[in-house]
Amino acid sequence: MTQAEFLNIVMPFKDKVFRLAKRLLVSQEEAEDATQEILMKLWNNKTKIADYKNVEAFSMTMTKNFCLDKLKSKHAQNLKIVHSNYQDKNVSLQKQVELNDSLDWVSKIMQELPEQQKIILQLRDIEQYDFNEISKMLDMNETAIRVALSRGRKTLREKLTKTHNYGVK
Amino acid sequence: MVLNSIEKLLEKYDNGETTLQEEQQLKDYFSQETVAPHLEVYKSMFQYFLQTHEERFTKDVPLKPRKTNTLYKWISVAAIAVLMFGIYTQVGNQPQTRTLASLSPTEREAYDKTMEVFNLVSSKLNEGSENMNTLSLVSSNFDKGADNIAYISEFSRATNKFLKTN
Repeated sequence: MTQAEFLNIVMPFKDKVFRLAKRLLVSQEEAEDATQEILMKLWNNKTKIADYKNVEAFSMTMTKNFCLDKLKSKHAQNLKIVHSNYQDKNVSLQKQVELNDSLDWVSKIMQELPEQQKIILQLRDIEQYDFNEISKMLDMNETAIRVALSRGRKTLREKLTKTHNYGVK
Repeated sequence: MVLNSIEKLLEKYDNGETTLQEEQQLKDYFSQETVAPHLEVYKSMFQYFLQTHEERFTKDVPLKPRKTNTLYKWISVAAIAVLMFGIYTQVGNQPQTRTLASLSPTEREAYDKTMEVFNLVSSKLNEGSENMNTLSLVSSNFDKGADNIAYISEFSRATNKFLKTN
């Protein structure tokens, strides 16, 4: 397999790997390193890629396991919280500041969720995978995923309502 | 009316029962400027999901082709081959040991001459070593002198004591 062929396979989902890593590891740099690591692993095993039924699902599983291992090994010692700058078009400055603020809140609240709910919310609401794919990636049945998803969404909404009502958390 | 269906969808959404299409519908609705005030919470949620989806991995991945590895392998193989060849030729060309009896007359003559010269050198060396004896005599006398100095220092200590007591 040439480098170009490999990149063709990997390109469509490398951002998803990165976003999942960032969801779990929080820090931008850590997530970049993790993504690099995952892609290097895939590259080194490129002869076996043809045997995998679904490279994307396989990589997502790999990412999940890799990040969880990383979290466990260093127990988030030096993980920094990094805020991204969200850009919005067509909103007034006041609105934009407000919006950025509430988007920051969403990401903060998502950080507080249990790891599993984090992963499932990430895969479903952000990456828009269907339940079948998620169940393959996480090796869980669909009902369990729905339950975890529902719990995560509800917690997210409740905590967000609180911050909206009081303005403070 | 629209609001009604959105609210229904939201309920389903909270229970994790929506399909991807329905979720897309919700996302579309909440990406509008204005939404119903009691649904503002969902707006930030869905906006966040959409925003986060836009994040990209920009770092380069250094994909090293595996070729360098095989090249190294062949270099090591070649190195070992050269080494083995070298050892083989060295071992093969080693001169055989010969006895005195097997020397030809001219060689014998050369051997004798060499031995003679060696003997001469060694005898001269012994002569030189006899001269070394005088040197060692000097050094022993020097030691004796040093002992005498020790007596003097002892004497001066005694004098000091004597002065102190007075």
